[in-house]
Amino acid sequence: MKIHIEENKHVYWNPYFGGLILGLVILFTFYITGRGPGASGAFKSTIVTVVNDVAPTHAENNAYYDRFIKKGDSPMNTWLVYEALGLLIGGFLSGALSGRLKLFVEHSPKITSKKRIIVALLGGVFFGLGAQFARGCTSGAGLSGLAVLSLGGFITVLSIFGGGYAIAYFVRKNWI
Amino acid sequence: MGPLIPNGVIPTEWNFVIAILIGIAFGFTLEASGFSSSRKIAGVFYGYDFAVLKVFFTAALVSMIGIYYMDYFELVNVEQLFVLPTYTWSAIIGGVIMGFGFVLGGFCPGTTLCAAAIGKIDGMATMVGIFIGIFLFSEFYDFIEPLFDGSYLGRITITDSLGISPYWFIFLFTVFAVIAFYFADVIRKRVKKVFY
Repeated sequence: MKIHIEENKHVYWNPYFGGLILGLVILFTFYITGRGPGASGAFKSTIVTVVNDVAPTHAENNAYYDRFIKKGDSPMNTWLVYEALGLLIGGFLSGALSGRLKLFVEHSPKITSKKRIIVALLGGVFFGLGAQFARGCTSGAGLSGLAVLSLGGFITVLSIFGGGYAIAYFVRKNWI
Repeated sequence: MGPLIPNGVIPTEWNFVIAILIGIAFGFTLEASGFSSSRKIAGVFYGYDFAVLKVFFTAALVSMIGIYYMDYFELVNVEQLFVLPTYTWSAIIGGVIMGFGFVLGGFCPGTTLCAAAIGKIDGMATMVGIFIGIFLFSEFYDFIEPLFDGSYLGRITITDSLGISPYWFIFLFTVFAVIAFYFADVIRKRVKKVFY
């Protein structure tokens, strides 16, 4: 049993199959709820909640936080936050079943794990910032936007991949 | 007639339960497809692994085709579905910045959740970064606001703005995707193999 799991560690689904299932999940989401899945919104709700708890007047006076603060209800009480919780559970389940649960820093052998962590953190900062501008990330603006042919979603996806390819060469030492 | 919850077919109380279930399916699929690995994801930018392209395009196609098929057969009303509003410059700027983040981090918010869930420390680091990025945006919002709220075109679709019928667009998109898939394999065979 143990050997079986070891061998399956790097066996991932065929990408077309994964895409099919993902597409069906997105379709199902729209059919049931009228909206598509997302992810960055849950991160935003977390920040709004934390800032509101730690410094409520500052949050109220800030035009951005204020958009998401609801009287008498936590900003965490949103669809995306529950969905994000599900994402954690689902990812964990899949990893557990495939023997991929392991606490480590994944990095190219050409850089140190310390560098990887710093670059990953920086990448996250850019991503978090960008996702606010675009009102979504690859899931919310990209997949869900494209599913209903949103022009904004389409523009965002093109910009994400455009931006990525534009600097890929300059940061290649981190990956290859 | 879909969408079921907005039309009262399923009570609103179920919305959050369904959110969790969908999240589980989403997270499971992402992780099973290998998107808990930053090196696998970054492969699309360097030609050694096109999983991102294949999964993304296939998912977009399946959901697009599915929604418009269901709309055609009146199983769902496309007019009632949430369409991401279009703010042109904000979308472009946000997208490009996210693209930078994507190539540096090797993750997007959804995949960081999957990665962190299985113990990837770089995924956790990216999550922390995302929180910081959101915080920075919020704190500097007063300066950013005109850019953020400007160039609003409405909740428009590609059909609205380009004037092509959705069915034609989806057909063309499918053709484009298949061509992209073909070239992805051509490129991958010629790129130096990366083991991760």
